[in-house]
Amino acid sequence: MLAFLLRRIGQSAFVMAAMALIVFVGVYALGNPIDILINPEADQIEREQAIARLGLDRPLWEQFWIFVKSAASGDLGRSFVHGVPAIDLIVSRMPATLELAFVALVLSIGLGIPLGLAAGVKPDSFVSRTIVTGSIFGFSLPNFWLGLMLILLFAVEWKILPAGGRGETRTLFGIEWSILTLDGLQHLILPALTLAIYKASLVVRLAYAGTREALLQDYVKFARAKGLRPSRILGVHVLKAILIPVVTVIGLELGSMIAFAVVTETVFAWPGMGKLLIESIYRLDRPVIVAYLIVVVALFVAINFLVDVIYTLLDPRVRLSEREA
Amino acid sequence: MNLLRPILAAAVSAAWVAGAAAQELKIGLSAEPSAMDPHFHNLVPNNALTKHVFDRLLDQDENQRVKPMLATSWRNVDETTWEFKLRPGVKFSNGADFTANDVIFSYCRVPRVENSPSSLAINVRAITRMSAPDPLTLVIGTDKPHPLLPNELSNVAILSAKANGAGQVEFDRQACRNAGSYPKTEAFNAGEAAIGTGPYRLVRFTKGDRTILERADGYWGEKPAWARVVLRPITSAGPRVAALLAGDVDMIESVPIQDIERIKGNPAYRVVQGLSNRVIYLHFNYQADSPPGVADAGGKNPFRDKRVREAIAKAIDRDAIVARIMGGVAVAAGELLPPTMFGANKEMTAAKADPDGAKKLLAEAGYPGGFTLVLATPNDRYVNDGQIAQAVAQMLTRVGLKVSLEAMTASQFFARRNRREFGFWLAGWGSDTGEMSSPLKSLVATPNRDKGMGTTNPGGYSNPAMDPLLEQALATVDDTRRAALLAEASRTVMADFGALPLHFEMTTWAFRKDLAYTPRADQYTLGMLVRKAD
Repeated sequence: MLAFLLRRIGQSAFVMAAMALIVFVGVYALGNPIDILINPEADQIEREQAIARLGLDRPLWEQFWIFVKSAASGDLGRSFVHGVPAIDLIVSRMPATLELAFVALVLSIGLGIPLGLAAGVKPDSFVSRTIVTGSIFGFSLPNFWLGLMLILLFAVEWKILPAGGRGETRTLFGIEWSILTLDGLQHLILPALTLAIYKASLVVRLAYAGTREALLQDYVKFARAKGLRPSRILGVHVLKAILIPVVTVIGLELGSMIAFAVVTETVFAWPGMGKLLIESIYRLDRPVIVAYLIVVVALFVAINFLVDVIYTLLDPRVRLSEREA
Repeated sequence: MNLLRPILAAAVSAAWVAGAAAQELKIGLSAEPSAMDPHFHNLVPNNALTKHVFDRLLDQDENQRVKPMLATSWRNVDETTWEFKLRPGVKFSNGADFTANDVIFSYCRVPRVENSPSSLAINVRAITRMSAPDPLTLVIGTDKPHPLLPNELSNVAILSAKANGAGQVEFDRQACRNAGSYPKTEAFNAGEAAIGTGPYRLVRFTKGDRTILERADGYWGEKPAWARVVLRPITSAGPRVAALLAGDVDMIESVPIQDIERIKGNPAYRVVQGLSNRVIYLHFNYQADSPPGVADAGGKNPFRDKRVREAIAKAIDRDAIVARIMGGVAVAAGELLPPTMFGANKEMTAAKADPDGAKKLLAEAGYPGGFTLVLATPNDRYVNDGQIAQAVAQMLTRVGLKVSLEAMTASQFFARRNRREFGFWLAGWGSDTGEMSSPLKSLVATPNRDKGMGTTNPGGYSNPAMDPLLEQALATVDDTRRAALLAEASRTVMADFGALPLHFEMTTWAFRKDLAYTPRADQYTLGMLVRKAD
């Protein structure tokens, strides 16, 4: 397991380095951030000074070398726009995104698995058909449209939920969480639902297909023959079997939900990392973009590792050391 | 039932919050301020935010005319020496008295803000001497006559010298003495350095989420109507409107044009709009012998021919752009600064479209069949910028020019424009100083690094008749004479069709009907100026 972990870390370090280089060159080619950051009234002298303050007067290779040197000591650079360390900026936005992704994850599993199981048990019933057809809407509706419709209905027409923002927060472990206040939870519902509907539909599909397949397996027949209660067959034996694909997909989706919830965060003015990323791209805030993607790679590595560990718990046949990463 | 419960709970608590919040004003902003440090980033969102907490020596009214703030009066001792009388009895939010030393300390810090992407240094660069004969008198000296000093100083926030550990500061252009170590930008964001004399004090500045301000007790000026102001950046237009309609916020700025009618039609809200200091204009590349994108022009640069520029000006129907594309929320422009502002020509109205005249001029200039050109434009920077450029391209096509459009995101556009990669482009200019020298100096003066001229004139327009007028104006302290010189300089450029103004943007605000706000040319949204409607 240790060797497995080390290999994973080695691979991801390489990915991070390659990506940093690509982003560095890419953003450099897009343009000079000073052109959009500086007040147009600034004269040539002020412009030159601002360029020097941000270190943009040096050649690209030198800027990259400075970045690599300080990255090695854990400093990923300062945001051009905000003037604060990029990593601080990302970390300060992280709780908002994490709680949003977490609530969305709980919603999608909580909705998806029971519905999928129910549909899979009696595939020809009316309820089952409704669930399966409904899931098609779930993953074909565009995210931003869904978000706007929810805002229109719940916030603008009925005025029972807020249209956006994060609401009141409460401090726990030195971090602000809105999940801990009623107002914060109200603010969470719509964006979390927007994120969850697509994932929930995906889970419905996986659980539905898995259940149909599992019910035909010998172990289910034996369990029935042994006289186990149907609820135990479904709730323990079938559920365990269908969870493996669900965990894989949810693991991947969780990563993208945390890293790239850009659309949902923008529509709901949710002050998370995705919104930070898109704004940094608009303003060519290179240190933040690079640091962000490095954090995201680390996040994906961590989630995938976690998924592998959960596999071994779900399926005793799987051994981490035997698997090729 | 399970589904209903949270909804009911939400409704009940929403009603409760609404009752408790009568003293609170929530505003949805269209752009996010990048710092609470008033000297960090010289842009509208930052300046508007920090104005709640930090007063300036001088203020600008809604038409950007300079008026007293921390200084009650000012006069020229001679052409290069200014004397400011400071307001007595003003206190910082930490209880310290406001004196001339605070002003000197603040102006010393301005050019020395670390990592600042756009500092306010140009606003204090003219200052060569500064002293305080007594705590409430400030004397500022410049090398040459510098009439814009009051305008410039109205942009610079005043910090407390004492709260930042400075002693009696001695001004020196290179390095002020006794100023201690200047506070860092982070200290403002965290709140400990956010000590000003303004109408509000900072409670919390959370990037990307909100800024919470509380009324400062003992503020020297008029007491603001709101005990608490919450500013929330909601950068996308649709969600910003939704936040207003849902009651999340009481007021929003920059209402998208397509939603204005809808909000106006709702009796619960009101919309106000006013002329901004921003002009949308077309500009040319004069420098290149064959400008990028221009073809079939006989190997010449057609833009150097005044008749071609005049033809383009005549081909454009500004009224149609204002009516159809801007939904009436703009004013057709006759020069580069709105007529209500300092140094503008009140009689300069936008020319009417004259396509036949344009065709004739093109033929006279030797292009009876027109020529090919590319119009470059940003498509996410100004109100409906991409559509305006499209309309301009169509109008030019009508008079025989073969125009294609190159629209791109702002970061791309400005980088490429400054690298002189365009032959003909659309852009906007907002005059921070609120007077005519701003657009003339930047857009149409002959580029000159040492004089700070022509900074946004990458096409290299040069008008030997205008340059001396502008330079003379910039050295004339007398307001009446300066205004006349600036107006004449502007007429000179407009008669030469050096740059073609299209329209002035209007800025819009929408809010609950029981509020009132006077539109501002500087586009600032200031909580302390939001009133309760009578």
